[in-house]
Amino acid sequence: MSTEKYNIKQEIETLREDCLRPTRTFNRTTQMWVGFLLMVMGWGLYCYIHQLGHGLGVTAMRDYVSWGLYISTFVFFIGISHSGTLVSAILRITKQEWRRPITRSAELLTFVSLLFGGIQPIIDLGHPERIGNLVLFGRVQSPLMWDVISILTYFTGSTVFLFLPMIPDMALCRDRLTVVDTRFKRFKKWLYTKMALGWQGTKSQWHRLEKTMTIMTIVIIPVAVSVHTVVSYIFAMTLRPGWNSTVFGIYFVVGALYSGSAGVILGMAAFRKFYHLEKYLTPRHFDLIGRIVLALTLFYAYLNMNEYWIPAYKMATAEGHLLRDLFYGDYSKVFWTLQFGTVLLPIIVMSFPKGRKITPLVIICIIIVIGAWIKRYLIVVPTMLHPFLPIQDVTTQWSDYFPNYVEFSVEAACVAGIFLVITIFSKLFPMMAVWEVEEGIQINHDNATAIELRKEREAEDAKTIEGLPISGDQSIKQQV
Amino acid sequence: MKEDNIEDESKEAGRRNFLKFGALAAGLAVVGGGLQKAFSEEKETGEKVKVLNTSDGKVYEANTTNLRECNGPRISNEEARKGIPNKKFVMVIDEAKCDGCKKCTDACQEAHFIPPEREWIKVFKMKDSETTAPYFMPKPCFHCDSPLCVKVCPVGATFKRQDGIVLIDNERCIGCRSCMAACPYSTRFFNWSAPGPEEVAAVGNMPYSPERGLPRRMGTVEKCDFCPDMIRQGKMPHCVSGCPMDAIYFGDQNEDAVTNASGVTVKLSQLLEDNGGYRFLEELGTEPRVYYLSAKNRKYPIPDMKDINNVRKGTKPKNMDMENM
Repeated sequence: MSTEKYNIKQEIETLREDCLRPTRTFNRTTQMWVGFLLMVMGWGLYCYIHQLGHGLGVTAMRDYVSWGLYISTFVFFIGISHSGTLVSAILRITKQEWRRPITRSAELLTFVSLLFGGIQPIIDLGHPERIGNLVLFGRVQSPLMWDVISILTYFTGSTVFLFLPMIPDMALCRDRLTVVDTRFKRFKKWLYTKMALGWQGTKSQWHRLEKTMTIMTIVIIPVAVSVHTVVSYIFAMTLRPGWNSTVFGIYFVVGALYSGSAGVILGMAAFRKFYHLEKYLTPRHFDLIGRIVLALTLFYAYLNMNEYWIPAYKMATAEGHLLRDLFYGDYSKVFWTLQFGTVLLPIIVMSFPKGRKITPLVIICIIIVIGAWIKRYLIVVPTMLHPFLPIQDVTTQWSDYFPNYVEFSVEAACVAGIFLVITIFSKLFPMMAVWEVEEGIQINHDNATAIELRKEREAEDAKTIEGLPISGDQSIKQQV
Repeated sequence: MKEDNIEDESKEAGRRNFLKFGALAAGLAVVGGGLQKAFSEEKETGEKVKVLNTSDGKVYEANTTNLRECNGPRISNEEARKGIPNKKFVMVIDEAKCDGCKKCTDACQEAHFIPPEREWIKVFKMKDSETTAPYFMPKPCFHCDSPLCVKVCPVGATFKRQDGIVLIDNERCIGCRSCMAACPYSTRFFNWSAPGPEEVAAVGNMPYSPERGLPRRMGTVEKCDFCPDMIRQGKMPHCVSGCPMDAIYFGDQNEDAVTNASGVTVKLSQLLEDNGGYRFLEELGTEPRVYYLSAKNRKYPIPDMKDINNVRKGTKPKNMDMENM
């Protein structure tokens, strides 16, 4: 027993060091990576300023396709942001032990994709400087207003949800910082001290943290569901064929969870590789979250069927034009590639245990995430190209759409921004919730000890029982 | 309604006086846009004329250099949002008379300085099905009574007035284009870039009013406005007066009367009753204020559908166009 106790202390110590190690280095590769991201962001910013000066006419959008890549990306990023809620809140509430090493990266992904998703409609505005009109003249009847309210609530909530479990870790960083020499020591010391909020790990502090976490966990789930529901409502509240659909709310929510959980897997794989967390993010974790992605993909496939098969059976006139375009028209190649490549293929691959091994799972998740982005585009753009009245006597520039360099550059900058925030975050803060994993180790240890104790006791019992007649076996055991 | 007005903006007085101006010939109206400057500089070189202020009934003396031609009284933003009292404007388009000459479009484009790629009133060549006859369908904004565009606007930049007209305030519009997505009739247009030099030269200094929609602003939405500026002068919208076929009627539903370009006024309810009046895509429930009369006993040859430049995709090449209702 004494060796056991020694081991758990050492294990926790190793864990703490493993988690804090990446925050102490900022090597050449990281510097180059950050420099590259900043360059991409700089170019995107230049393009956006160009757009501000010359109007949205510098994009490929025109009157028929008045929403394009920006709004598609908005839907996509907000979708990715559902990862944190799923993994963190749902797995927390269902007391899934294996969630412990994943929660931090999932919550971070939520925070950062919401940040960059939320600015997409602002990038898309003709007059971003008039954003204050939303407060001055805001109308709650507008679906866009629901988006603003809901996303702001979710952003606030998920920021708190990311921050709360960081408090004990910040205290750990603060306390350990004095021991080891690092870069930006004074800044880090100030930052950790501020963020630890005077955490000392007392009983009442733990109690309060757990209580707040429980409340946040329960509150954040309906908020997250509301977010993607009202994002779908900016489309579903119109009469346009393809958008005029009652299934849109849940279709978007499930699509979000499906792409978001795939995003979490990619994050996990990246941190595992770059920060050497193989010990904590085991193939078992990937297998389990792979099952969740599989379940969500199946659900998504079912909703896809509802979304396309029901109108396709009836082929109502205006809707029929759109569906013909998707099924065997201009968008058919992309449409079927997505249906087979990002829905059917992942279902088949992930159904097998071998398909949930790390490498195939990561490949599938890359496909899912990129596919989800293109799918958002396919929800937004073809519908805009199929209005009730025919598109007549306009040049193809006005009647067709493919995003141009301005839009791609701005979106590249946003993706770079997401990577930059994640990189900087991971260089300042541990990418696993150290105390949560510790708790897991402790629980495992306690369980192991309990099992050991029971075994010992049973062995002793057996010794006593041996001397007794067999018929009395049952009653004696019960007494024990 | 036919009044010649001038607006006299005096910085010292700090108020706006709407003046009736009798000295100049009828038809010439003047407005004091940018007058504040002229007054403060006190450069009074022109001829002095007497003007009547309709708000207090007094006669003032003003200098002609301070007076500018205008197309009607300047309407405040609050007034533009309320609309003209006791009116319900309505338009009737007779498909039996429309020969697709696009003169309505031309008149509208010219009056509103609209670039060619967007047409506030667009003439479609329609063919509802393989077996039915094609017809022309000029399509302005329908000024729906249940307008989705107004519902979805997050800032109330587009609004429905008591006289039935749906307008846009481009000083409030944030350019989110929700209304464009919501409108089922592709009626709304976005100012993707800055207005052209011709327009700037002509109306760049004009004071903005939602009733005229000029000067237009980059990054805001615009559309057919039923020409409330013309209505206030007692005139017809440009498309109505520009139609050589008398195919477009415009009037007041409360009076049950509509008038065409030749000045023929008919009973609205009778007109709709006798000519198979209908509204486009009635099943959408948007309650349009524009009625169509069926192309019965047409006064023009059937439109040739061959030369149609239809850019719809995903439809069968045969009868690819119009079976879209």
